[in-house]
Amino acid sequence: MDQIIGNIDLLIQFPIVNLKIILDGVMIGALFALAAYGLALVWGVMNVKNLAQGDFVIGGGYVSWWLANNVGLHPLLGVPIAFVVMWGIGWVTYKLVISRVIERDLFTSLLATFGLAIMYAQLMNLMFGSDTQSLVLDVTALGLENNYYFADGLIDLPAAKIIGVALAAILATCVILFMKRSRMGQAIRATAQDARAARVMGIDTEKVYAFTFSLNSAICGAAGAIIVMVWVIQPFYGITYSVRAFVIVTAAGLGNLPGVIAAGLGIGAAEQYGSHVFGIGYQQAIAVMLLLAVLVYRLLQQKRNRQVLQ
Amino acid sequence: MNIQKIGFYGILLAITIAAPFLFPNYTTQLATLWLFIIVSMTWDMTGGQMGYNSLGNIFFYGTGMYVAAVIAIGLVYDVGEYTGASGGGRYDFTNEQYIIGFVLGSLGAGLFCAFSAFILGYVLFGLRGPYFAIGTLGTAIAAGELVSNWDWVGGGQGITLPVYGGDFDQTKLFIYFAFAITGVVLFIFLNWLYKTRFGAAMNAIRDDEEKAEAMGIHTMRYKLVAWAMSAFFIGVVGGISAFQLISFEPLESAYQTINLGIFMVVCVLLGGKGTLWGPIIGAIAFQVFKEVTWNYFLGWQWVALGALIVVTVVYFQDGLMGWLKHTKPEWFGLTVDEKESETRATSKAEAAAR
Amino acid sequence: MSIIDVSHVSKSYGGVKANTDVSIKVEKGGITGLIGPNGSGKTTLFNSIVGYHPIDSGSIKYEGKEISKMQVPEIARLGLLRTFQQTRIYGEMNCVENMLISLPHRKMSLLETLKKNTAEDRERAEHLLEFVGLFEKRHLRSGSLSFGQQKLLEFAMALMNEPTVLLLDEPTAGINPTLINGLIDRLKRANSEFGITLFIIEHNMRVIMNMADQIYCLAHGELLASGNAADIQNDQRVIDAYLGAH
Repeated sequence: MDQIIGNIDLLIQFPIVNLKIILDGVMIGALFALAAYGLALVWGVMNVKNLAQGDFVIGGGYVSWWLANNVGLHPLLGVPIAFVVMWGIGWVTYKLVISRVIERDLFTSLLATFGLAIMYAQLMNLMFGSDTQSLVLDVTALGLENNYYFADGLIDLPAAKIIGVALAAILATCVILFMKRSRMGQAIRATAQDARAARVMGIDTEKVYAFTFSLNSAICGAAGAIIVMVWVIQPFYGITYSVRAFVIVTAAGLGNLPGVIAAGLGIGAAEQYGSHVFGIGYQQAIAVMLLLAVLVYRLLQQKRNRQVLQ
Repeated sequence: MNIQKIGFYGILLAITIAAPFLFPNYTTQLATLWLFIIVSMTWDMTGGQMGYNSLGNIFFYGTGMYVAAVIAIGLVYDVGEYTGASGGGRYDFTNEQYIIGFVLGSLGAGLFCAFSAFILGYVLFGLRGPYFAIGTLGTAIAAGELVSNWDWVGGGQGITLPVYGGDFDQTKLFIYFAFAITGVVLFIFLNWLYKTRFGAAMNAIRDDEEKAEAMGIHTMRYKLVAWAMSAFFIGVVGGISAFQLISFEPLESAYQTINLGIFMVVCVLLGGKGTLWGPIIGAIAFQVFKEVTWNYFLGWQWVALGALIVVTVVYFQDGLMGWLKHTKPEWFGLTVDEKESETRATSKAEAAAR
Repeated sequence: MSIIDVSHVSKSYGGVKANTDVSIKVEKGGITGLIGPNGSGKTTLFNSIVGYHPIDSGSIKYEGKEISKMQVPEIARLGLLRTFQQTRIYGEMNCVENMLISLPHRKMSLLETLKKNTAEDRERAEHLLEFVGLFEKRHLRSGSLSFGQQKLLEFAMALMNEPTVLLLDEPTAGINPTLINGLIDRLKRANSEFGITLFIIEHNMRVIMNMADQIYCLAHGELLASGNAADIQNDQRVIDAYLGAH
C-alpha cells in the first residue's frame, strides 16, 4: 500500500513523469490498435470473434526474431516478411478451421479459435522455447541516435519506439486506403453489410472471407514484428493481446475506426499508468481488468436503452 | 424406478466403490477422472442446459483451492506467517486437524464459490453469448493474476499444505472417495433438478431468453441460482484438489484457464451438450484419450490437445449423445412420429398456398 | 378505469418519427384495438409499452405505476404479456412442454420452482390446448407445427401464464381464414371467461370491428382517431388514411 502511495506521489511531484508514461502508453497503444483493427475487421465481415488474435501477433514477432538470429536479417525488414508469412498462416488457418465455423453459432467460433490459440502457443513454445525474447534495433547506421533524451534526461525516447509507431501508422494508412479504394476492399465492405446480398450481386464471399482473415493475420504479424523490437515476446503472451484487442473493439464498437485508434491509445496509456502505480507484476491483470471494466460500462449503457449486450 | 434402472445404477455404484481396490496403482488417475466428470457436469448446468457458455468456470476451481487451503491452515496457524515461511519452519497437522480442515475447507470453499457466483453473476449475466464467454474468461485470468501478486496466500509460489500423517495409500483412497461421493451426490442432484420447473426454466432461457423474459420468467434469478449451484460443486472439488495436490501455485494449477478450464468444455462437447450423461461419457472418453496418448506425443501432447479441441468443436459438436440420439432415437424415447412428418408436409402446403 | 395509460409518448429512430405525442387508454377488462396502415407506428408503441426500447418523452403507466423506465422482465412480471408478430415458441419442445414452461413463474417462490409439475398443471395445459384446438397435436415438436398453429400455441401459452393484460400483435395474420371466426370467438371468451384485458393490433378490419369496445387509429405515428367501431368506420380521416389520400 505504501508503495502505491509512493508511486502516486512520484507522479504528483514530478509531472514530467506523466508525460513519459503517456508517451510510452500511446506508442504501445498504437500497436494494440492494429491488432484490434484486424479483430474488428474479421468480426464485422464474417462474425467470427477470433481468440487467436494475440497468437498471430506473437507469431509475427517470432518470425522476425528467428530470421534475425538465424539469417541475420535486419529487424526492420522483419516487418514486411512477418506480414507475408503470417498472411500464409492466416490463409491456411482459414481454409482448415475458420471456413467451417463461419455459419455456426458464435460460441463455436469462439471456442474453435480458443483451441487454435492454445495450439499455436504450444507450438511456439516447442519451437522457440519459453524464454522471453526481443530484438535490438540499431539505427546508428542510418545516422540516427538509438536514444533521445528530453527534460534533463528524465524522459528517454528510444528510436525503436518512434520507428515502431511510424511503421504502425504507415501500415494502418495502407490498409485503410486499400479498404476504401480497391475493388477487394469494396467487396469486403459489401460482404460485411450483407453477405447474402453480396453473394447475389456476384461477389465470391468465400474468397472475401479467406482474404479478410489472411489480411487480419498479416496485420497482426507485422504488429508482432514491431513489438519484438520495442518490447518482449513470449509464447504465452498471446492471450493478453487477444484480450486487449477485445477491450478495444468492445469499447469502440465495430466499424468505428477513430474509436478503435482512440481506445487503443487510451488502453496503452491506462496500462502504463496501472503498472507504474501498482507495480509491473500487475500488468497482465490490468489488461484483463480493463476488459471487465469496459464490459460493465457497455452493460450499463445498454441498460439505459433497455437492451442487453449481445 | 424399475428393476432395470436399479440394477444399472447398482452396478455403476459397485464399480465406483470397487475400482480403487481393483486397480490400486491407478487410484490417483481414477480420482482425476472423477474430477473431470464433476467439473464437466457442472459446466453443462449453465453451458448445456441454460445456454450460457462460460469459459471461466475454472475461477471457482482455483478459488475453491485457495479458500480450502486458507481455512485448513487458518484453523491451526496464522496464514500470513505460514505462507511467509514457505515450507521452512515446522508446521504440522495432527490427523484430527487434517480431517477437520479437509471437511470444513472443502465445504467452505463450495459455499464461498456459490456466494461469489452470485456477486459475479449479477454483473456477468447481463452479458449474452460471446460477451459472456469472454467476460468469464477475463474474470478467471484476472483472478489468477491478482492471486499470484497476493503475498498473504503465497503469491506466485502458491501454497504447500501439510500432509496427512497416516499411510500414503490410505490418503489416496480417502481423496478418491471424497471425489466419488461428491460426484454421486452431484449426479443425484442434477437428475432431480433437471426434472423440476427450475430445470424447465433453464431450458427456456437456453432456447429463447427473450421469450422467457417476455413470459415473466425470473431469468436473472434462475441464472444466478444455477450458476451458484454449479459453483458450489466446483468449489468443493477445488478444495479436495488442493489436498490432493498438496502443493499448488496460482497460474498453472489453480486458475489453469487453458488446461482444466477449457478441458471441461471439450469434455461436455465430446459427450453431448445439454444431456445428463453426455458430460460423464465425454469426460471418460477425454480422460482415456489423454492417458492413452500422453506418452506417445513426447512434448507435443499440449499441441495434440489443442488440436483435439478444434476438431471436436468443428466436426463433432453434437457429441456422442447427439450422435446416438440421431442414430438410435428409440433409446431416448423419441418416437419419430409419422404424424409429425405429415404435419410438416401440410404446413409446407399451407405456406405455399399463402 | 384504465389499466394502461399512455400519455404524450414520442419515439423516434434517428430522424424517423415513429410515434409523436400519442395518448391511449386501455380500459380494464375490455378489448381495445389499435389499427393503422403499415408503418404507422403500432408495433413501436407496443414495444414501448412492454419495454423493448426507451421512449423519448411522455409517460406510460400500468395500474397507475410508471413503467416507461423499467426493463422487459420487470414489466412482464407485473402481468403485462405480449405475443410476437413473428411467433416465438420453444421450437425444440413439444406443445405440452411449451405450455408447462409458461406457468406463471412470477407468482412462484424459488422453492415452488424446485418442484415438479403437478398433475393439475398438465391437466390445465391440455385443457387450454383443447381450448385453442391443438389437443390432437399436443405431443408434437412445436417447431414442426404450421405458422398458424404456432400462433394458436403462443396464444394458449399466454393464457397459461394468467396475465392481467395481454397485448396481441396481429393475432389473425397468417391464420387460415376459415379459422379466424373461431379465433375471434376464443379471444372474446378469454376476455369474458378468464377476465383478461386485451389490447390488440390488427389489420383485419372485420375482426377488430367485431371485437373491440374501443379502437385507436394511428397514421404516420400520430393518433388519428379514436372511438367505438361505428365511430371509426364513419370517420373520414381513417378512411383517407387507409386509402392513402393525402
